[in-house]
Amino acid sequence: MSTLLDAFALVLQPDVLLAILLASIYGLIVGSLPGLSATMATALLVPVTFYLSPIAAVATIISASAMAIFSGDIPGALLRIPGTPASAAYTDEAYAMTRKGQPEMALGIGLWFSALGGIAGTVSLMALAPPLAEMALNFSTYEYFWLAFLGLMCATLVARSSPVKAIAAMLLGLLVACIGMENPAGTPRFTFGLTDLLGGIEPIPALVGVFAVSEVMRAMLTPEPPKLPYRRFGSILKGQLELTRKYVKPQVRGNIVGIIIGVLPGAGADMAAWVSYAMSKRLSKEPEKFGTGHPEGLIEAGASNNASLASGWVPSLLFGIPGDTITAIAIGVLYMKGLNPGPTLFTERASSMYALYIIFILANIIMIPLGLIMIRMASKVLRAPRASVMPVIVLMCAVGAFATGNNLFAVLVVAAFGAIGFVMDRNGYPVAAMVLGIVMGTMVEQSLVTSLIKSDGSILPFFSRPVAAILAAMAIAAVLWPVAFWLMGLMRRGQTQRV
Amino acid sequence: MQLSDRVTGLFLIALGGVAAYAGSRLPPVPGQQIGPNVFPMVIGAGLVICGTLIAAGVGRHFEEEAEADLAAHSAPEAAAPAQAGSQWHGLMALLPPALLVFYVLAVDRLGFLATAAAMVLAASLALGARLRLAIPLALAAPPVVHLLFAKLLRVPLPAGLIPTPW
Repeated sequence: MSTLLDAFALVLQPDVLLAILLASIYGLIVGSLPGLSATMATALLVPVTFYLSPIAAVATIISASAMAIFSGDIPGALLRIPGTPASAAYTDEAYAMTRKGQPEMALGIGLWFSALGGIAGTVSLMALAPPLAEMALNFSTYEYFWLAFLGLMCATLVARSSPVKAIAAMLLGLLVACIGMENPAGTPRFTFGLTDLLGGIEPIPALVGVFAVSEVMRAMLTPEPPKLPYRRFGSILKGQLELTRKYVKPQVRGNIVGIIIGVLPGAGADMAAWVSYAMSKRLSKEPEKFGTGHPEGLIEAGASNNASLASGWVPSLLFGIPGDTITAIAIGVLYMKGLNPGPTLFTERASSMYALYIIFILANIIMIPLGLIMIRMASKVLRAPRASVMPVIVLMCAVGAFATGNNLFAVLVVAAFGAIGFVMDRNGYPVAAMVLGIVMGTMVEQSLVTSLIKSDGSILPFFSRPVAAILAAMAIAAVLWPVAFWLMGLMRRGQTQRV
Repeated sequence: MQLSDRVTGLFLIALGGVAAYAGSRLPPVPGQQIGPNVFPMVIGAGLVICGTLIAAGVGRHFEEEAEADLAAHSAPEAAAPAQAGSQWHGLMALLPPALLVFYVLAVDRLGFLATAAAMVLAASLALGARLRLAIPLALAAPPVVHLLFAKLLRVPLPAGLIPTPW
């Protein structure tokens, strides 16, 4: 109980509350602008978090990302352009509802069920993390190696692209993590004689490059989205309670799917929305209504993407394995703030963890009033021409990267990874998998090499401990699954040809 | 920059090969078999395998499914490629990283305000802004960013030619 009171004391500081409020407004605006994703919002916040207290820093990330995921629904419903990739799955449905003359309902569903989904995700975080932490305290490097390996494989399995390309992207990320002196022998590795590379590639500038600069590069080539016509809205939350009662099952299903996908490493809100929308359509009693402005899929997917956001913190806090791209950035901030991820976080810094839960719930509650204001102001915010927003983002990338270490080399890293991310995305290589590789590279190598040194080069101990064996089986299944899938496809094609 | 799978696959094979070879040449830890060489060799081998599969077109149909899904769900103007203009149009994408490199080269000499103003002006014009928007933006944005980062967050941004009033 005293930990809970301590946690409230941590959250109810004026600087934390102010950070939550400002980050929420920032998240709402960035999320609603097409082409600016929730991950980008988080990446650009990092330099600001350097100068905040640990709890305030985490609070800004939590509130900005939650708001941005909801706010991405706004241009989706009004313009048929998703504000963030997490809204892409159900943009059509929401826009169809607007065309039927019910934009209030589409936006209201987005807001109301996002908030409920976010709270459900937080509850899962509160319920899952402590028992898992207890278990993880007994883990040795073997288990950590398999866990990290499984995490990397999951990210490639769920990527919306060819699994081979996803694995290649992930390996590229691991290769980037090889750079520098932080290796088993402390020798400069792949530094090409550059002193700037001795410390390795910092994940934060790399992420800013991949998620912000490459986004601006894409904007350079795409035409400006159409302007939003001015529109007066009726009551936005009217009828939402009725919908909540009517669609209990889709909503619960959406929350559960979102939570599961959030926990899986590397798969985040956009994946959750795609899976939930598809599942809703398949399991619905009236699938023919989907695509015509039917609330069911919107409810399920809207709840799902916000639920995944909170549960993505489970592997991040416990093992330092990012649950999605947003927590990949958050892990960097946690390390910087002395809240090193790991099971001991829950035993030694329990009040900080409770504070985190409180912030999550708080952010999802204030999402409703702030979201209502945002919806009413959307037609003004969305009128900001892209030519005025994107240049400022480039400038923020430069200054933000410089601020990570007061080092101009970081700005070059941002530029390089912007170009790499752009080319990879264009050619179907999922950048999220590479990011996961960069963030987890050191951990994977350390657990692999330490395990190999302990076992004197033998691979038997990797399988002999019970938990390690289970994790190994899961990891190997994750590798073999796409192969099996591919062979099945080949066989089926062979049969149809014979017929 | 749309490249064929064959090109990207071959690039990955080359990169993986170089990584594995360079990794194998790293000095080992005396008295131990496992050193800094293991990880790059494993990754290099993986990249070679993936590159071969990609060049051979394995797994391509997963991508096609995802693309079709996305195209079916997004607006036609968002899915359609940008004005299929000249070669020069594609090069426009390189402007943001080029501006960042410019920042690195120029900021110590010109100072933050002048460099930032040039960057904002160039980017804004490239995105099709009129001068009426681009010039006020280039004049207003750098001081605001400077105030935020140099004053509030205490990032040492170089003053250079134009000193700030604060």
